[in-house]
Amino acid sequence: MVVQIGDSVRRIEDPRLITGNGTYVDDVVLPGLLHLSIVRSPYAHAKITRIDVSAAVNIPGVVAAFTAADLADQLGSLPVGWIVEGTKLPDHPPLAIDTVRYVGDAVAVVVADDKAIAVDAAESVTVDYEQLPVVVGSEEAQKPDAPQLHAEAPENIAFEWEVNGGDWEAAAREAEVVVKQKIINQRLIPNAMETRGVVADYNPGSKQLTLWSSTQIPHLLRMLFSAVTGHPESRVRVIAPEVGGAFGSKLYIYAEEVITGIVAKQLGRPVKWIEGRQENYQATTHGRDHVTYAEIIGKRDGTILGLRCTVHANVGAYLSTFAPLIPTIYFGLMLAGQYKIRAIGCKTFGVFTNTTPVDAYRGAGRPEATYLVERMVDLFAQEIKRDPVAVRRKNMIGAFRRGHEVPTGVMYDTGNYKGTLNKALEMFDYRGFRKEQRAARREGRLLGVGFSCYVEISGAAPSAVAASLGAGAGLWESNTVRVHPTGSVTVYTGTSPHGQGHETSFAQIASAELGIDIDNIEVLHGDTDRQQFGTGTFGSRSIAVGGGALSLSLKKVLAKAKEIAAHQMGVSDSQVDFVNGNFVVEDIPERSMGFAEIAWEAYHAKDLPHGMEPGLEATSFFDPANFTWPFGCHIAVVEINQDTGDVKLIRYIGVDDVGNIINPMILAGMVHGGAAQGIGQALWETAVYSDDGQLITGSMLDYAVPNAKNLPSFELGHTVTPTRENPLGAKGAGETGTIAASPAVVNACVDALKHIGVTHIDMPVTSEKVWRLLDAAGKARPRRK
Amino acid sequence: MVSNNFEYFAPETFDEAARLLAKYRDDGKIVAGGYSLIPLMKLRLASPSVLIDIGGIDELRSITSNGGGLSVGSMATYYEISRSAAVQSAAPALAEAAGQVADVQVRNRGTIGGSLAHSDPAGDLPAVFLALGGTIVAKTRRGSREIAADRFFVDLLTTALRPTEIITEIRFPSAGARSGSAYAKFANKASHYAVAGVAALVTLGADGTVTDARVAVTGVGSKATRAKRTERILKGKEPTASVIRRASDRAAVELAGDVTDDIHASAEYREHLAKVMAENAITSAVERAGG
Ligand SMILES: Cc1cc2nc3c(=O)[nH]c(=O)nc-3n(C[C@H](O)[C@H](O)[C@H](O)COP(=O)(O)OP(=O)(O)OC[C@H]3O[C@@H](n4cnc5c(N)ncnc54)[C@H](O)[C@@H]3O)c2cc1C
Repeated sequence: MVVQIGDSVRRIEDPRLITGNGTYVDDVVLPGLLHLSIVRSPYAHAKITRIDVSAAVNIPGVVAAFTAADLADQLGSLPVGWIVEGTKLPDHPPLAIDTVRYVGDAVAVVVADDKAIAVDAAESVTVDYEQLPVVVGSEEAQKPDAPQLHAEAPENIAFEWEVNGGDWEAAAREAEVVVKQKIINQRLIPNAMETRGVVADYNPGSKQLTLWSSTQIPHLLRMLFSAVTGHPESRVRVIAPEVGGAFGSKLYIYAEEVITGIVAKQLGRPVKWIEGRQENYQATTHGRDHVTYAEIIGKRDGTILGLRCTVHANVGAYLSTFAPLIPTIYFGLMLAGQYKIRAIGCKTFGVFTNTTPVDAYRGAGRPEATYLVERMVDLFAQEIKRDPVAVRRKNMIGAFRRGHEVPTGVMYDTGNYKGTLNKALEMFDYRGFRKEQRAARREGRLLGVGFSCYVEISGAAPSAVAASLGAGAGLWESNTVRVHPTGSVTVYTGTSPHGQGHETSFAQIASAELGIDIDNIEVLHGDTDRQQFGTGTFGSRSIAVGGGALSLSLKKVLAKAKEIAAHQMGVSDSQVDFVNGNFVVEDIPERSMGFAEIAWEAYHAKDLPHGMEPGLEATSFFDPANFTWPFGCHIAVVEINQDTGDVKLIRYIGVDDVGNIINPMILAGMVHGGAAQGIGQALWETAVYSDDGQLITGSMLDYAVPNAKNLPSFELGHTVTPTRENPLGAKGAGETGTIAASPAVVNACVDALKHIGVTHIDMPVTSEKVWRLLDAAGKARPRRK
Repeated sequence: MVSNNFEYFAPETFDEAARLLAKYRDDGKIVAGGYSLIPLMKLRLASPSVLIDIGGIDELRSITSNGGGLSVGSMATYYEISRSAAVQSAAPALAEAAGQVADVQVRNRGTIGGSLAHSDPAGDLPAVFLALGGTIVAKTRRGSREIAADRFFVDLLTTALRPTEIITEIRFPSAGARSGSAYAKFANKASHYAVAGVAALVTLGADGTVTDARVAVTGVGSKATRAKRTERILKGKEPTASVIRRASDRAAVELAGDVTDDIHASAEYREHLAKVMAENAITSAVERAGG
């Protein structure tokens, strides 16, 4: 079937995944495979005084054990890929050398014939520690007497970053209202369904090292692996097989990837490491964790004049690959939101603590920014006793098609913010709701509505701009379209899907452009020996940038095919049209050649235009001039149980504008999952450390992942404002739900409790927090001793 | 997350299971649904060297009811219990609680015998078992005994069961006319276990006053516990909203000093939830009793 852009084509990848025919890292089994288990620090901060692996190596079935000292010459420091000015870069050894800095820090590894033996053996490695004082909070860590994690980073400050746009003093002089609020954006655990895992296989003959890794960035991983270990990039092959989710947590180079690779090389045998779930909670990056002091200023008529904040962003014990990017560029530059705010300021402190490293988690910086903006706008509206929708509308940037620059210096591409707001309101019936809310309150039922109008930054691409902001690598994307002699097509993309459905969306674009059956198109990804290079999949970039590269390749292929067709039909190029997969001579429909016929001719090469090379394929590198800026409006309705304080989400409306839509069904799936995660943050999820740095929410028994039972059916809508930054006009849609949802839900909770004077509740809005607010206001079930 | 090594047996008859358990005693463990035991083994908090899987013993699965009461085989799953017409009519609180355990996967494998033997402080069925005044039938190779609910739960994860005993059946007495039972739970958002769960059984007399009431609380302390003060307030009175409220306010009295305080709920909030759940459970039990 030939499909079009905009069709809800069913996901090509699903049948194999749901019938158990996918190959994940743990499904990779090689002859002589060994299993690696990691000895991890049980302490958050300690000196290692002795490591003794002798008991472990004496266990039958154990092949070897290694400490940092054993592998020193091959284990460099793990690199940071995005460096804002002044970033401190203390060593990040893959295996701790003399100090451990968080619970889960890798200390030694054991390799055995079988996984259970490896685990047993890891338990019998003796490590003597001398405990050091611990700090887990980003504010506490900056106090003068706080324990220091790295000598290079006084006061534990990893980086300081600032943006100031507009004239704050002038805005402040005009302001009639100032609202200040401390806001906590709590720490989250990404919880991909598949934990991380690595299989490494070294061929001593070819000196080729193959790494299967559950990663979002096979090519960057290959490059960074080579940099860390000194093994030539040309002799490393990275394969990202099926990857069962990531949400940003597999966007880095991790210690285990380096260690497993080096150990396989050392032993000359294939080695597998599969992360356990509890291990994942400690050893895979966490997300968010901001403590923010924010201030919004404006006039009583609803005009917002300024917004500024100071952020203490917890980066954990070491800087993960993209850690400096998230609370700076992806956060501070986004603080204008959808509004004409005159002055904006943001000061960010990235702070080391004795906790698991923090990096991007779905939305990465933009949920933090949107939460801050949308919470502060509500606080402002509440302070001046105005309707939150009216205040938003009053300050909204008008529709624009040729760029709009905000005080933080970034240029939004295209937008129509009132369009998404209006559409969401149409779906909602705001007036009816306010009536119902009043009536419900009289019956003792607490209803609340929350709005979230967001704009985000997607399509991470403009390499030069990104480099000026700190990126250590180009962010373009590449693609090859290879037409086979019999007319079927292979699309090679440098993006690396892990649930997004690229095999469908990319095939759909190719089918539409080439006019051929989608079943004749294969999309290949995630193998550095197949794609020449690629940046990977993150930051809602794959369709905007990778899809752009695909479009360029398709155009090149079609141009060449057309030249061949014109030549063979004896007319000039300009006389040939491409219609429904056929090259047709203008005005003479019976003179035509099919796409497959041309493919054959291109390879048969018996009669090509003079000087033309045989074959039919094209490779493109696409590096757009700007990011893309999706936007939308989400509305949440909650009901609060007065007896228990429990919050129930009863309606959720999401209107997104992600530019042109490739596959509406896949888009809906992305918004559903994203919104569920944003709602999860608003109501349930939180990673909790004890003061001595133990992760109390160490498993799913204690860390609440959202589940379908607690979610309503989402009501989704769209407007379409294409971007001009790429050939598809698509902006990217991987994170909108997560970015929009948290403030909508928290604003709804506050709205439900406004009548008792509540103005803010920190996430997650647990039933106990709500009960305490009700209780303090004398509205809870009376307490009796 | 890998357990220690163990040997695995899957006997097809009760006698064979009992013989194996007697043979291995402290080294052996019965495994039913495995949903409490296997996680403990993976965390290496339990390391039995022998597992005796009683899942293949058909006779342990049956659910029957007659004039004398309800009998539920120890291997009956939460799912089977929640869907059983016999349970729904004879012991609605049991069906209600079983239907609220965790998620579908757990309900499809987890068993009543395992739940009671494990005696998780936040498990749902222990409260129902107490409130309904059930009896456990525990058998060894040599003989069998009955253990009343009130004597079964000893302490945190500790019951009156002996190492060689296997629970074969759980009996619930017939509650009689004008009786109603119900279970109300405030679930932990992560684990779905009870932060506070209350089961209530109420019997009304001809004049509409409460002739008997049994109320039990789970999730709040170290084990499921009868709320006797609550029961006493209810007895002999007409179960009006204000009487139920007054009685519910005493739901956690027996647990004073033993109320769990953790990241999911402070002790104070747990106590509060116990009262609310008691009120909800008693109110529906009274409704079901025809009050
Ligand atoms: C994700 C998850 C969520 C859960 N949520 C809930 C919840 O909301 N509410 C709740 O109540 N529970 C919950 N549980 C626990 C679940 O109900 C367990 O299934 C139950 O506690 C144990 O039953 P089992 O059949 O799985 O027993 P097993 O795990 O097989 O055994 C548990 C213990 O009982 C012993 N045992 C089992 N059967 C017998 C027998 N017939 N005679 C003697 N000893 C026996 C075993 O030796 C073992 O010590 C949850 C579990 C999980 C994994």
